[in-house]
Amino acid sequence: MREWLLSDSPASRRQARLGRLYAGWLTFRENTLAMVGLGILVALLLCAALAPWIAPHDPYAQDLAMRLKPLGTPGHLLGTDSLGRDILSRLIFGSRITLYIVTLVALIAPVAGLLVGTVAGYAGGAWDAVLMRITDIFLAFPRLVLALAFVAALGAGIENAVLAISLTAWPPYARLARAETLTIRNSDFISAIRLQGAGPVQIITQHIWPLCLSSLIVRVTLDMAGIILAAAGLGFLGLGAQPPSPEWGAMISEGRRFILDHWWVATVPGLAIFTVSLAFNLLGDGLRDVLDPKTGGSQ
Amino acid sequence: MSAFSRLMASAALGAAVLAAGLPAAMAETPPNMLVIANRIDDITSLDPAESFEFSGADVIRNMYLKLVNLDPMDMSAGYQPEIAESWDVSEDGRTVTFNIRSGLSFASGNPVTADDVVYSLRRAVLLNKTPSFILTQFGFTAENVEETITGADGTVSITTDKPYAISFVLNCLTATIGAIVDSKLVMEHEADGDMGNTWLKTNSAGGGAYTLAAWQPNENVTLNANPGFYKGEPAMKRVIVRHVQESASQRLMLERGDIDVARNLNPEDIAGISGEEGIRIDEELGGQLMYLSFNQDNPELAKPEVREAMKYLIDYAGMADSFLKGQWAVQQNFLPLTFLGAVDENPFSLDIEKAKALLAEAGVPEGFTIEAGVREAQERIEIAQSFQNALAQVGIKLDITVGTAAQILGRYRARDLDVYVGTWGPDYPDPHTNASTFAWNPDNSVEAGATGILAWRNAWDPGALTAQVDAAVIENDTEKRVEMYHEIQAEFRDTSPFAILFQQARQTAVRDNVENLNLGDAISSAAYWPVTK
Amino acid sequence: MPRTATTGGRLPAPLAGFLGRALATAGSLAVTVLGLLFVTFIIGRVMPIDPVLAVVGERGSPEVYAAAREALGLDEPLPVQFWYYLREVAQGDFGTSLLTARPVVDDIARVFPATLELATLGVLIGVLFGVPLGVLAAINRGRWIDQVARLVALVGYSMPIFWLGLIGLLVFYGILGWVGGPGRLDVFYDGLVPSVTGMILVDSALAGDWMVFGNALSHIILPASLLGYFSLAYISRMTRSFMLEALSAEYITTARVKGMSEWRVVWVHAFRNIRVQLLTVIVLSYANLLEGSVLTEIIFSWPGIGFYITNALLAADMNAVLGGTVVVGTIFIILNMLSDLLYKVFDPRAR
Repeated sequence: MREWLLSDSPASRRQARLGRLYAGWLTFRENTLAMVGLGILVALLLCAALAPWIAPHDPYAQDLAMRLKPLGTPGHLLGTDSLGRDILSRLIFGSRITLYIVTLVALIAPVAGLLVGTVAGYAGGAWDAVLMRITDIFLAFPRLVLALAFVAALGAGIENAVLAISLTAWPPYARLARAETLTIRNSDFISAIRLQGAGPVQIITQHIWPLCLSSLIVRVTLDMAGIILAAAGLGFLGLGAQPPSPEWGAMISEGRRFILDHWWVATVPGLAIFTVSLAFNLLGDGLRDVLDPKTGGSQ
Repeated sequence: MSAFSRLMASAALGAAVLAAGLPAAMAETPPNMLVIANRIDDITSLDPAESFEFSGADVIRNMYLKLVNLDPMDMSAGYQPEIAESWDVSEDGRTVTFNIRSGLSFASGNPVTADDVVYSLRRAVLLNKTPSFILTQFGFTAENVEETITGADGTVSITTDKPYAISFVLNCLTATIGAIVDSKLVMEHEADGDMGNTWLKTNSAGGGAYTLAAWQPNENVTLNANPGFYKGEPAMKRVIVRHVQESASQRLMLERGDIDVARNLNPEDIAGISGEEGIRIDEELGGQLMYLSFNQDNPELAKPEVREAMKYLIDYAGMADSFLKGQWAVQQNFLPLTFLGAVDENPFSLDIEKAKALLAEAGVPEGFTIEAGVREAQERIEIAQSFQNALAQVGIKLDITVGTAAQILGRYRARDLDVYVGTWGPDYPDPHTNASTFAWNPDNSVEAGATGILAWRNAWDPGALTAQVDAAVIENDTEKRVEMYHEIQAEFRDTSPFAILFQQARQTAVRDNVENLNLGDAISSAAYWPVTK
Repeated sequence: MPRTATTGGRLPAPLAGFLGRALATAGSLAVTVLGLLFVTFIIGRVMPIDPVLAVVGERGSPEVYAAAREALGLDEPLPVQFWYYLREVAQGDFGTSLLTARPVVDDIARVFPATLELATLGVLIGVLFGVPLGVLAAINRGRWIDQVARLVALVGYSMPIFWLGLIGLLVFYGILGWVGGPGRLDVFYDGLVPSVTGMILVDSALAGDWMVFGNALSHIILPASLLGYFSLAYISRMTRSFMLEALSAEYITTARVKGMSEWRVVWVHAFRNIRVQLLTVIVLSYANLLEGSVLTEIIFSWPGIGFYITNALLAADMNAVLGGTVVVGTIFIILNMLSDLLYKVFDPRAR
């Protein structure tokens, strides 16, 4: 865990930072709910990594004679879906897709937001005006419309869903990064660095970005649930992952037809989404308590 | 701090009391009102010369009279006189003269005259909207309607370009486009020479059992009974068709008695609801066919053995007995049962070994990769996945692309899909409607751009079948005509790049006091006027 | 993903330039709306969904197709189409929807009040429960109440709303019969009160028809509670965070030392200081709900603007998409700017 915390922090003043992070970790560890969240996510990672070994069945194997079997059916712990596929196995393989979506969006959206926000905040003037107007335009777009339009334009599929969600997710990060940049920009230590002859690119990448990171990380973790739900929503509208892929949102969408008589078909993936979203939220909430300077670490 | 806890507790309690105290839904709908839950988001126009969607056809059937019409209480009797009292066919078989019944009137009070009939038919041709082909296939054009559709004191004559079977002509006139509009009322609302099209999209001007009270898109259609309806004012004074997307929601509403009819329950909900007190399941054969088609521009799919192998790679019975149970029945011929000339020979079944042998014969034992386009509809996606599963067993990889209806349809029409999972519903109750799209394609070239014809969309030249279809439609001897369709279908079934899978079987859940609701069988649309409760 | 517009940093923001700022705001609003129109227009035109197909359907012949294409003006070059469009929009004409066959302006006037009603009730529920929950969590920081509040809020955040909606419908409508089913009213109440605002609760109250009011309330309460739960999650978390900050301030300690009652300390001193921050959060939650939750609308057959835009988009009915997007986007921008202004003008620290 030390290593993990370390790799996320910049190279300079390593030791001091490490000390602070460790103190933060100690605070974090006292937050039971946040630790539960972390535990769930570790379990999810393991699940995804070991999917082929722990899944009891082939997630794509159909058996129309064994369709819609209830929970606890011998051999099918979580029952089977409309085509007789094992729900537990699909859930386990689906965790890979969920992780894939979450990782990609978490890489694309905040980075794009960071780039736009810091450039706007640091450069100011016309750059700021133009970039922030663009941000406003995307922010003002009804999110699902933008995502739908994008998916409709490029075709349904998991990669396009990721891009579409990222497209709707970056503007808040840009505004956050800009606000942070504005407060950092005029600080003494940046002036000092500037006097030493550092160029704007160097200042932004080496000094401003690292300082924006902590608030962005908190925000990303809290948004993860939203990202998973957005992907599920696209799946629900049939524009996410393509069949027979066991994406959780698509599984709910397939199963919702049977919600009254065969409730588990939609409910099991629904609970899976819920659990992972909750885990990310708990983690993010805990991180915020540790990292957010406003409320952080005092107690 | 305990003050806060108390505050919270009382707030929560208040909410619970509020929720519990709300008026519970009423147990049943009023006795003279019929409330139907249906998916009606397909309606884009209620002008009979333009409407071409299932839900729109239901509405229009109840608002307009036609020259000849189908009796919902006796659908098998075929077309019956309505505005036309009787008709005569000329010696050369090309002119039909209708004698107009006197004493009929529109809901506006205007009498129904020969002029209205002539106006309505010409209007449908002149407006040139999607369903116009149903009339223009008789040779009517914007240039010649003045001569080919004429009226004179109490009679209307139509002159076709060939001596078509009279049953074919009259069957076409029972379609939505055959609805007769109130020409005076419509012309009062004409704007920019549109023959009242803009106004009629959202209003009614007919003489049928009902008039349009309101159409709120994606919300509801409300019909009021027409007291002057020639068969007597309907028992249901008001019919409300409500848009409810989800099967589960429809079922809950029916169980609670908030609606009388639920039209889109899936097989699982039908199974769950049947046997419940106060609810009955009505079954009726529908006209839609579910099919798979294979684009002949794909060199692998163009091989006759591969086409045949495909038909052995479909689990017809497995699907019909599981997720399609009760709502789609196996039918491997392009004419739906109850149509003139329909056959029920279904020789194909899932046979992996036979398919493997055929593929080896075709020289592709190691398989290939193809793409299927499916529109976003759960049962079609499952059919595609079942097919995908069977293909995987012979080494063929099927990539499924799901998209919106318009998106997938656009690619299909551009011959851009290898495999299409689709449905087809007849446009009028005559075998020619399906024969002329599945087995007829006079010019298969790209330039022809015959995007309306299914054979063309799959780049398939049906060869001799085209001429056989042309011959069948002008055959006036019914027995001979039936024989001709049998032959066409036998040939089609074995050699065509179409695997016809299923015919629709409608399952409608109704409150058990609802009687005489006919939804149109395989050949027409819903009729509300005979309904009683 | 709830969008918070982080208020713009530490720019010098004196009270004096209020009017000037309002003018500048109007200017940037115009630019943003124009940009919104432009992006939507481009999306509409590059999408591989053919709007002509939405008109002519599966069986249109090539001739019918060509005629429909021309009638839609799609044979003109793109910039010309955009120019025509702008000219019409300037005159308040958003064109005709292909799917509903009526002017987009009329459609929006019909569907937007449905969303407005739902969102308003939703955000009210969110505030009513979210704010006390957040305050409660803050003053009990670290104790079990805080953990429960956290869990309650995060559960609201993490539920797939379409799943929760179906389950809610099953339990409260199907089994218990406490609430009305899908739709805004039972059909026999439809059209009984004249439509003034398009919001049935308001219209029926204006007409004094409490039967209709009660029925409408029974239909709206479940979807509004769901949306309310979702915004509760966000509002309560933010309230907690603001309160914690306010409670750690010096004057609070002073007040406590002076022996002021805890109730007075929390509500009069601390809470008063977070009012403006809280208001911006609430306004943003409201803006998010106003764009319409298409999934909720589908499940509850609620004819709102989210469903309208989505349906239009899937059929490439671009007039409807453009009109809907502009309306929703403009409202979002206005609310956003309003909350910015509020913050800058009234926040004690910004002064």
